[in-house]
This record gives sequence, C-alpha cells and structure tokens, in this order.
Amino acid sequence: MEVATIFLPLIGCIIAGLFGRTIGARGAMAVTVTAVCVSAVLSIILFFQLTGEGSEAYTVTLFTFIDSGAFEVSWALRFDALTAVMLIVVNGVSSMVHIYSIGYMAHDGHRARFFSYLSLFTFAMLMLITADNLVQLYFGWEGVGLASYLLIGFWHERESARAAAVKAFVVNRIGDFGFALGIFAVFMVFGSVEFDTIFSSAAEHADATFTFLGYEVHALTCACLLLFMGAMGKSAQLGLHTWLPDAMEGPTPVSALIHAATMVTAGVFMVARMSPLFEYAPDALTVVCLVGAATAIVAATIGITQNDIKRVIAYSTMSQLGYMFFALGVSAYSAAIFHLMTHAFFKSLLFLGAGSVIHAMSDEQDMRKMGGIWKQIPYTYTLMWIGSLALAGIGIYGVFGAAGFYSKDLILESAFADHSWFGDIAYWLGVVAAFLTAFYSWRLIIMTFHGPSRAEEKVAAHVHESSWVMLGPLVPLAAGAIFAGWIGYDAFAGHGREAFWGEALFVLHANDTVEAAHHVPFWGKILPLVLAFGGIALAYVVYMMRPGMAGAIARATRPVYVFLLNKWYFDELFHWAVVRPANVLGRLLWKGGDGAVIDGLGPNGIASTTRMVARQASRLQTGYVYHYVFAMLVGAVGLVTWYLYTVSA
Amino acid sequence: MTWPLLSLVTFVPLAGAAIIFLIVRGPAEETATNARWMALWASLLTFVLSLFVWFNFDSSTPDFQFEEHMDWFPHLGIAYHVGVDGISMLFVLLCTLLTPLCILASWKIADRVKEYMIAFLILETMMIGMFCALDFVLFYVFFEGVLIPMFIIIGVWGSGSRRVYAAFKFFLFTLLGSVLMLLALLAIYLEVGTTDIPTLLIYHFPAGMQTWLWLAMFASFAVKVPMWPVHTWLPDAHVEAPTAGSVILAGVLLKMGGYGFLRFSIPMLPEATAEFTPLIYTLSVVAIIYTSLVAMAQEDMKKLIAYSSVAHMGFVTIGMFTLTTQGVQGSIYQMLSHGIVSGALFLCVGVVYDRLHTREIARFGGLVNNMPRYALVFMIFMLASVGLPGTSGFVGEFLSLLGAFLANTWVAALAAIGVILGAVYMLSLYRRVIFGKLVKEDLKLLKDLSAREIAVFAPLIAMVLWMGIYPGSFIEVMEVSVDHLIQNYQVALEQAGHATTIASR
Repeated sequence: MEVATIFLPLIGCIIAGLFGRTIGARGAMAVTVTAVCVSAVLSIILFFQLTGEGSEAYTVTLFTFIDSGAFEVSWALRFDALTAVMLIVVNGVSSMVHIYSIGYMAHDGHRARFFSYLSLFTFAMLMLITADNLVQLYFGWEGVGLASYLLIGFWHERESARAAAVKAFVVNRIGDFGFALGIFAVFMVFGSVEFDTIFSSAAEHADATFTFLGYEVHALTCACLLLFMGAMGKSAQLGLHTWLPDAMEGPTPVSALIHAATMVTAGVFMVARMSPLFEYAPDALTVVCLVGAATAIVAATIGITQNDIKRVIAYSTMSQLGYMFFALGVSAYSAAIFHLMTHAFFKSLLFLGAGSVIHAMSDEQDMRKMGGIWKQIPYTYTLMWIGSLALAGIGIYGVFGAAGFYSKDLILESAFADHSWFGDIAYWLGVVAAFLTAFYSWRLIIMTFHGPSRAEEKVAAHVHESSWVMLGPLVPLAAGAIFAGWIGYDAFAGHGREAFWGEALFVLHANDTVEAAHHVPFWGKILPLVLAFGGIALAYVVYMMRPGMAGAIARATRPVYVFLLNKWYFDELFHWAVVRPANVLGRLLWKGGDGAVIDGLGPNGIASTTRMVARQASRLQTGYVYHYVFAMLVGAVGLVTWYLYTVSA
Repeated sequence: MTWPLLSLVTFVPLAGAAIIFLIVRGPAEETATNARWMALWASLLTFVLSLFVWFNFDSSTPDFQFEEHMDWFPHLGIAYHVGVDGISMLFVLLCTLLTPLCILASWKIADRVKEYMIAFLILETMMIGMFCALDFVLFYVFFEGVLIPMFIIIGVWGSGSRRVYAAFKFFLFTLLGSVLMLLALLAIYLEVGTTDIPTLLIYHFPAGMQTWLWLAMFASFAVKVPMWPVHTWLPDAHVEAPTAGSVILAGVLLKMGGYGFLRFSIPMLPEATAEFTPLIYTLSVVAIIYTSLVAMAQEDMKKLIAYSSVAHMGFVTIGMFTLTTQGVQGSIYQMLSHGIVSGALFLCVGVVYDRLHTREIARFGGLVNNMPRYALVFMIFMLASVGLPGTSGFVGEFLSLLGAFLANTWVAALAAIGVILGAVYMLSLYRRVIFGKLVKEDLKLLKDLSAREIAVFAPLIAMVLWMGIYPGSFIEVMEVSVDHLIQNYQVALEQAGHATTIASR
C-alpha cells in the first residue's frame, strides 16, 4: 500500500506522457486523475495508521541507490506522523487540482502533457516527503523543481512564461547549491545521510566543529544554515524569492498546487524534518526566524500594491511562508506544520477561486479591469470569502474560527512566548503583516467583485460561473479552510500533540514554545485579530466607501508606493549585480580569454611566429653566389675565432 | 578462460575495417551500403564480446583480469600485455557501446562512406587498445594512434570551412603533450628497465624524478581532458567535426586524459601527485567557472556543449585528486556519464544539423511543436547534463563534489557554482531551441525523429536512467580497484613521510 501510494502518480505520469497521443486527452486525464485519487484515499488510510496513540514510524526500503565507501543511500520510504500530514496535504490538494484542471484546461490542446506533468510533480513531491535520507530528499527536491519548471513554462509560446520557467529553475538551483553543500557537511559530521543515523547521534555532535572555507565553525550551525539556503530557494524566502511571483505565468491550477500548497512548503517541511539538527544549532534557528519574519513583512507590503490577482495571492503565499519559517525559528515546528496544512487548504482554495474568476473574465488577471461581478459568480464569490477569512485568521475568540485563526495565531503566540530578541522582532513584524494580510485580502475581494464593472463590454457580457467540475473540488478545500484549524488544533498543538507527533518532530525541552504559547498574555493573543479586523475595515473604507482614496494615498506617498509596486527592486538588483556581470564576463572570457590570450599566445601565436621566422629565413636564400660565399666566410672566421679562444683559455 | 577475449574485443573492429578495405567494392552505391552494414555488424559484435568481459569480470579483486602476455621486443622487455581492472573495464564498455551508435548515427554520410567506416573502426580499435594496454609502450602506441583516425575524420568529413585549422589545432595541441609523455616514457624505461605497467605500479620512483615525470605526463593528459587553459582546441574541433566524430571526441577521447591520471600519475607518482594536487584543484575550479560563463555566451549549439564538456571534466579532475573513495568513484562515474550524456547531446545537435545544416541557436525555436519526440529526448539529456537526480549526471557530480568537500571545502563550494551555471546555459539553450512559437518557415518542415534515430537514442536514454537510478551496477565494478588505488596512494605517502590529512572514508 505504501509503495502504491507513492508510485501510482508516477505510473499515471508515464502513461499520460508517453501514450498521450494514443489514448487521447480523455484517456490521459482518466488515468492520471484516477491514479492520484486512489493515492489520496490511500493517504487518508495511512494518516490514521500513522498518527495518534500507539502508532509507530517505519521505513519501507526499496533498493540501494548509491553505495560509495561509507556513503550509503537507499531508495526508501519513511512513514511517520510528519509524512502522514504531508501525505494528506499533497495528495489531497493534488487530487482536487487534478479534477479542477479537467474543467480549467478543457480548451487546451496539450492536456495529456499537462496532466502528465501534474502527476510527475505529485510523484516527486511524494518522494520528497517520504525520503528517509537527504539524498532522496534532494531527488524529490529537484524533481519538484523540474515539474515546476515544466509547468510554469507550459504555455511556452509566451516569452514571459519561458523566461519565468528558467528563472524558477535557476534561482532554485542557487538554493540547491547550499542544500548540496549542506548534505556534504552532514555527511562530514555524521558519516551518514540517513535520517535515523543522524537524528540519533545529533546530540553527540552538538559541539562538533569543522573547517569551512578556512574558518573553524560550529558544525551543526554551518550544516543547518547551508540546508536552510536550499529551503530559502524552494520556499521563496527573501533574497531567493523573485522566481515565485513570475511563476504565476503557469496555468492557475499549477499555481494552486505547486506555488501555494505543496512545493513551496517543501522548505518548511525540510527544516521541520531536520528539527533534531536545528535544535542543536541555535544560531541557525535565529537566522531562520529573522529571514522568515523579514519575508513575511516584505511580501505583505508588496502584496498591497499589486494589481494582478494571482500576484497578490503569490505575495500572500510568500508572506505566509515567512510565518512558517519564523515559527520554525522559534522551535515551534508543530505550529509551522499546522499552518502549512491549513494554508494548503485556504491558499489553494484562493488560487483555484482566482482561477475561476479568471475563467469567468475571459482570461483577464488585472483586478483593475474587474469589479461588480459578485452577483454573476456567487459560488466563486462565496468561496473566495471563505478563503480570505481563513487567510486573515478571522474567528471569535474561544468559540470558533477559520483555519488561519488557529494556526497563524499559534505561530505569533509562539514567537511571543519565545521571549528572545528575534522572537519579539518576529512577533511584531508578524502582527503588522497580519494587518496587511487582511487589508490586501479584502482589497482583492472588493476590487474583483464589488463596485462598478471596469471590464470591457465583451468580457463583461460573457461573465459566467464555472462548471461543477471546477467548483466541486473547491468544496472540500473550503471545508478544510473552515474546519481544519478547529479540528486539528488539539492534535497539532494542544494536549494531544505528543501522542500525535510521536518521534517525528524533535524539540529540546527548554525550547518548547508551543507549550509556552498557551500562556501568552491575553493582549498578545488578541492583537493580531484586532488588527486583522482593522485591515478589513481599512480596505472597506479605501476601496468601497471612498473609491478615489486609494489613488490619493498612492500619490501622497509616491516614493514609497513606487518602491512597493516595483517589489523593492529585487529583480533589478539581481539583474545589475548578478545577471549582467555574468553575461558580460562570459563574453569577455570567450573573446578575450580564449580568443586573444590563450589562442593568441598559444597555438595561433606560435603558428604565426613560426611563419614569420620561416619567411625571414627564406629571405636569406637569395640565390646569389657571393651572398653565400660571404656567409661561409663569416662562419669560418667565427669558428676559427672560437677555436682559438677556447684553446688559449 | 583461455579465449583471448580482450584481444578479440580490441581487434574485431580492425578486422572489420580490413574486410571493408579489401572486400567491399563495386558500384559506389552498393559499396556504401555494404560498408555501413559491415561496420555496424563489426561494432555490434565487438559490443557483444565486451559484454562477456563484463559478465565474467570478478569485481572482488583489484588485480588485472583477462590478462594476455606476448613478447613483442623481448630484448627490450617490451611486450604486448593487455588486461583490465575495475577502472578500465567500464571504459572499454563505453567505447563499445558508443561506436555502433555512432555508426548508426552516421548512416546518412554520403561522401567516401567506405573510408569513413574504416576510419571509425580503426578508431575503435585504438581506443579499446588504449584502455586495455598494460605496457606503457603499447599504451603510447594506442594513445597516439587514436589521433590519426580522429584527425582524418575531422579534416575530411568535417562540416565547416575551418575544419583543417581545427584538425591541426587538435593535432598540435595533443601532440605537444604527447612528445613530453614520450620523454617520460623513455625516462621511465631507463630508470626501471621495463615498461610493464603492473611492474611500474609497484616501483618507487625517486622523489625528484617524480616531479618531472608528473609534469611531463600532466602536459599530455591535461590537454586530453582538457583542462584550462589548454582547452581551446576542443570547441573548434567539435564545431568542425562531423556529428559522430564529436560523439567519440566527447564520449571517449576526453576520458583518455582522466584515465591517464588514474592509471599513471596517481599510482606511480604519489608524492608528486600530493605535491601538485593544489594545482589541479585550481585549474579545475577555474575551468568549471570560466568555461561555464563562456558557455553562456555561445551562439553555436556545438560550441556550447563543448564548453560545457570542459566544465564537466573539471568535476572529474577535482574528484579524482581528492583521493577519497567518493571523489574517485564520482570522478570515474562522471566520466562514464559524461561520455554518454555529452555524446547524446552532440547527437541531438546532429539531428537538427542533418535537417537544416546549421547549428546557430538563433536559427531555431519552437521545435517542440513539430518534433515532440525530439524535444523529449533532448530534454532528458539536457537534464542529465544539468545533473538532475535520477539521471546519470547527478551521481558523478554529487560524489565528486562530496569527495571535494571532504578534502577541501573551498574547492567544493567554488566547484558547486558550476552546478548553478550549468543550469543557466543548458536551460537557456533548450529554451531557445525547443520552446516558443514555431514561426520560421523552414523549421515547420522539419520531421520528428526517424526510427533509426530513435534506435540511436533509446539505448542512451536507458543508460542515463539506469546509471541514475541504480548506480550500484557500475560502482560495484570499480569499488575494489578504487579502494586499492587509494590505499596504495596513502601507504606510499606515509612511507615517503608525508603526513596525510585526508581521512579515508
């Protein structure tokens, strides 16, 4: 069953990919959708086997992967509570997205290829979450990167899609550079990359050091920071995030599955998986926390100025990932995974809802050209509301709340409860980001659905609710967005958490912030909620009651607005600091280094020198006898002189 | 085992060449067809024979196997002595696998087919002989012999206007190194009194002599690898060479340098090796970053892949000189993988070159629309070149870098930048050639892969995936030999009084 859960999507991928033309698009869809749905059902069964009282983690070893000296790695599937949660998330969202895509991609000519890629992604993601060693994790890691690359560039006839695809892959590669070095560092310290071995001996190596780039460094801190660099790339953390907004060039179901619910959370998963190492690397945790907090706030500020509906949600995703990371940074691993799960529900709901809007608006994504359509697409409208409520974390204290109400607040409380300088920074930045989150969420809703219609007439006349094959999958996701927090709270973070997680997550007793989070003062708990309501109110005032106000604010704060609209100029910075120099250098080394210096001094230089000498030499052969006689005379005189000189000396 | 199996593998191609030369004649058309089929069968027979070597190979011993010994110049102590160990055996298989595919890929050559096939078969004999040779003189003969058919293939069947320049550049560069190796060979003979490689492997050369011998051999092997800065012959040679020539050039010829280091420099001259390891590291790191950047600027598909070869071979030399189990195994693995992947990439270029007679990247675009199968095949090899896990490229690169990390973190970190740059140039190549709208009129007429072309690619794809998913089949073969190599190296260093800092793990 375990093997089937993981490999069914691969089988679907291969059948749809290789025989797509034989079995047709319908056949391909039938195969892949069935495979993923069966896999999802199996995941649910596995979930109940793997969590709760008395459940035990185990590993299914398939066969040897690499065996080189002490470096031994197997293809193996590791099942524990963490895997179980991820299985639900990945297969749950993936199966919904597969079904949704039947409707969304109905007019596309390459559906077989699309579904094949989706299943390939699912398989790679499953390999990632069930890995029992770092190398297999890396396999899944790069595999999801490949699928992401293929799917972003799916509409490759658009120049921007091609560019975004390559950008996503390359930026991720930069992160993977660190990740690979991190794996090497782990091997150097532990002599193994298998989780069981490293985790069990992490404590022994807590004080180990090694030399890295000429410096004596704390081994685990160094290894963890390198691994975290990979997580930054994959999870679009500040600095390596620029690919994520561009990735919205992919079809919307892809954005929902890969760039919201699953792949981008792989970094969070990885850090949580490596918690036994990170726990002994407090400095690394500090960095994780600060990067996460910075990402949460920066992305939220950009989110409030964007006009493309998908980009707003993309920045929102990035911001929420920041939350997860600073939760990890304060050792609140279970809170991070909790938010990962609830976020998967409501964010994929939001994306798929946005897809439904885009579908209704004849592929328009600019919110400035929408408005006033809520009556025409009431189901989509309702679903988007649910998603936004969950994202903003709205709820009534002590009674009930949407998913984000539990998970996001838990993260903020954990940061508060950490009582460290970086925990405090994270808390306050997170609280402000929560305000911004609510603001841009309702800005999105109002701009998209309310007010007068700003669409072209042809588009406006054509607005229509999506078919049931698209709306249907949103229902379970909406249910998750509403109830997942309420249902999951106790198991993930409450009294049931020890039984639930088992050995899957490791927290040093002194770092148990999730426990401490329950004792945060009331104002600390209620503040995010208050601010979220404030954000909603502000959005209502600015965009609904006084429609001219947004423009006025933008004009009044023009430098700030432009700065945010241009996404803090990260793309430009990288372009000028990295991309251009690399290209110029490449050209220079080619024409100058290879051409002028090496070839010029080397073969071509020698050849031309030889030619020149030969030409000069040939000039001596004049053909006049007296020239030759003269030369012989000079030679004879020279020889005799030399002879006499050596004899006399 | 009394069959002279290795000699058979080595000389069956030559026999095939002789048959083509002597027997195949008649009308031009018929001659060409017969020559093609004869060459194909000869190379396939060689391949099958080489499989017997693999099946009967005992991977539990580092000793040379399938040894054959015949006196050649008995009064000089020079013999025809061949045999393989876990390192060379895999390269023999690489040669025998690639040659039939090259012949199949050259099916459409119309000019002097008979001579072309003869040249290829002779080339195969030379390559295999080189990897099997256990006598330095014999090795030298084959090592240099390879140059002749290759020189002719580039010069005669090359495609560009600069093919003669390229052929000479190739020849001169490699010959320069060879002259120095000949000197080394003479010096060794005068010192030891024999050129028998197994004997040389246990002979201890005086430290001062090691340095000079090492440098002389280095000159020869570094050109072959090629290492920066003696790599500039490679892009030119590749651009001008016919497709199959490029395949052999990248697939096998470049490995001769790496093999040379493993067979001679490291085990025979351990002290000099330790002394010069920083030099190798530096040159390799420069090669990786420098040529990757240069590859990004290329406008010609073949040149781009040629430069990427230099970068990939940088990983090989790094891994090898770490003298760690992972590093050396990774570097051998990287050589095998690169042989297949870069060969396949040149074949991919050949596919469109055959159809359109240009390799300029800007001339293409949107091929996925009318050549989906080609796009898939190209994608697989592109990804393998990038080193995606699950393909052969990953294992070699990863293990080499791991070895490098254990030996020197700076080297590993700098070399790993090449992994990023590799993704940049390969992905942008793929993007410009395959993706996009199909707008150019002449491209719209291109046909997808033919059955013959699929037959060429299928085994290579199978190899890339096999080597990527279950590398055990190959690592197992080399394991004991590599351990033996490293152990001897460390023992030699200890005896020489060097404190070795590299732990053997």
